[in-house]
Amino acid sequence: MAGWQRHEGEAVALPRADIDTDQLIPARFMSASRAEGYGGFLFADLREDAADFPLDRHPEASVLVAGPNFGCGSSREAAVYALVDAGFRVVVAESFADIFAGNAVNNGLLPARVAEAGAILDALGSGTAPARIDLETATLEIAGARHAIELPDIWRRKLVNGWDDIDLTRAHEDEIAAFARARRDAAPWTWPARDGSRDRA
Amino acid sequence: MSRTLLDKLWDAHEIRVDDDGTSLLWVDRHLVHEGSHHAFAKLAERGMPVARPELTFAVADHYAPTRGREAVADPAIAKMLERLERNTAAHGIALFGLRDPRQGIVHVLGPEQGLTLPGLLVTCGDSHTSTHGAFGALAFGIGATQVAHVLATQTIWQRRPKAMRIRVEGALGPGVTAKDIALHWIARLGTSGATGHAVEYAGSAVRALSMEGRMTLCNLSIEGGARFGLIAPDDTTLAYVADRPFAPRGAEFEAARADWAGLASDADARFDREVEIDAAEIAPTVTWGTTPEQALPITGRIPDPGALDGGRAEAARAALDYMGLTPGAPLEEIAVDRVFLGSCTNARIEDLRAAAAILKGRHARVPGIVSPGSMLVRAQAEAEGLDRVFTDAGLEWVGAGCSMCVGMNGDTVAPGERCASSTNRNFRGRQGKGARTHLMSPVMVAAAAVTGRLTDARTLMEERA
Repeated sequence: MAGWQRHEGEAVALPRADIDTDQLIPARFMSASRAEGYGGFLFADLREDAADFPLDRHPEASVLVAGPNFGCGSSREAAVYALVDAGFRVVVAESFADIFAGNAVNNGLLPARVAEAGAILDALGSGTAPARIDLETATLEIAGARHAIELPDIWRRKLVNGWDDIDLTRAHEDEIAAFARARRDAAPWTWPARDGSRDRA
Repeated sequence: MSRTLLDKLWDAHEIRVDDDGTSLLWVDRHLVHEGSHHAFAKLAERGMPVARPELTFAVADHYAPTRGREAVADPAIAKMLERLERNTAAHGIALFGLRDPRQGIVHVLGPEQGLTLPGLLVTCGDSHTSTHGAFGALAFGIGATQVAHVLATQTIWQRRPKAMRIRVEGALGPGVTAKDIALHWIARLGTSGATGHAVEYAGSAVRALSMEGRMTLCNLSIEGGARFGLIAPDDTTLAYVADRPFAPRGAEFEAARADWAGLASDADARFDREVEIDAAEIAPTVTWGTTPEQALPITGRIPDPGALDGGRAEAARAALDYMGLTPGAPLEEIAVDRVFLGSCTNARIEDLRAAAAILKGRHARVPGIVSPGSMLVRAQAEAEGLDRVFTDAGLEWVGAGCSMCVGMNGDTVAPGERCASSTNRNFRGRQGKGARTHLMSPVMVAAAAVTGRLTDARTLMEERA
């Protein structure tokens, strides 16, 4: 995954609170392989029901501004795939659900916690505005105003470097092996009992 | 220094901690289901093996057909099940597949098989993994990238959440269950009320819950934003765990028991947030909207959005529009089209017994299905004659799986239909496109089946008394 430091793009507003993962991508689409592309599944039901859905009006948008508690619900990473494959690089909201935010960072999508997200939603209305995001300074510039993004250092480093955790972790292979041996010695009961195997069923 | 239960579990699994406060944690049990296909594809791209297949267990649940299992009719579903079989076989991972007599929902099966134990760290690519915290395990849901990471390394990077304690003191009234405790606190604190926190449940009402009830309570933690739910293990926990197929035996069990004795928050441990709830104040609770926080006692009325504050008013208006409900209407007058009794939240044997006690000798006015949490729960229920209570009432008795909670296996609620459901999410379209979901406990689902509308189960219980 390629890292990024700055992003400039059009921001579009979806002024709803608690946008859950079932709205981001209804479950029936989740058997598709990633190679098939998830962009077309984004907000599938909402888009079908609304004649004038903001994302359809502004397909060029790459920054989504939404209400608080964005991404609540399931752990489905498909919700992030749908956003990324539809061209989004940043979601701006007052708050995010924990699992969604972690999944987003793992896929190069910035969950930008901005305290003034509500005011930005009001300013955008049904239109768009150019937005500029800088990970180094953790700032969002939009509609002539500058906002701080609450960005944990580890998220910044992962997004900037496009880091894959598996590579990072393999650098600690010896430590992990030592931990596993110590745990097995000190608490052998933490390994599943062998007599749970199929023939006992 | 005094520590919370969260701290003790965290410290016991911490391999290293980086400068920025992110911990690398050891994973004792990794549970995977059909949704793991993205993660296995990531491993395949790198040509990597599964690090610890002996600590990894797979279950067919999300796509598991509840009927017609002999020949899976839907090719898309058959493909998902085959992919899981292929991936687990290739990596030497034990699979509880569709035709295994132990098959069931991962959060029912794990505890039932003794794969879930106090003191373990359990991950699964499913947000309701918080269920396993009922045993005093550190259990949390993860996304596909993290599933791939756990498969590849048996570890996970995670920042320590804040600690929150919800104490529920006193005794629950008749007809009031763990489900109602959960809906009550989520209605009070909101769906993001515990975001960033691990919730430890304590107090006499929690101690009095069975393991089934504790699992329901921890399961719903995520609906209040908490990725982790926790309950300190006690004699109830030990009695449940002992002699489970994969649980330790003999001397190993005694050693485990000694370790588990320390799994409780110290008396003077500090929590970032504390919430007190009086059990006597909790009524059978139902949701009226499209998030679990939009919930009220069954004796209440649909709220007037105009009486709520800004953001919540707008959300309530949108929810009522979707749900087809009118402000001011008594909840008990809402007619339902069908019922669903199932899911990782409420499909364990105790749930089925409680629902059957209401339905026995009565008829359901609306159609519905009863999907036990596992095939072993199903067998137990049949041994007790519960299946006949459900079928005599006119409900359909089917196989185990996630079923109509998430609709991925084809069990869905039709557009515009209203369903009284023992599940965990009343999101728009959760049970099927356009489906209208009301969350409630199993006894309340049974009561709704009998009357064809949302109903205070206590009324039907009194008729029996």
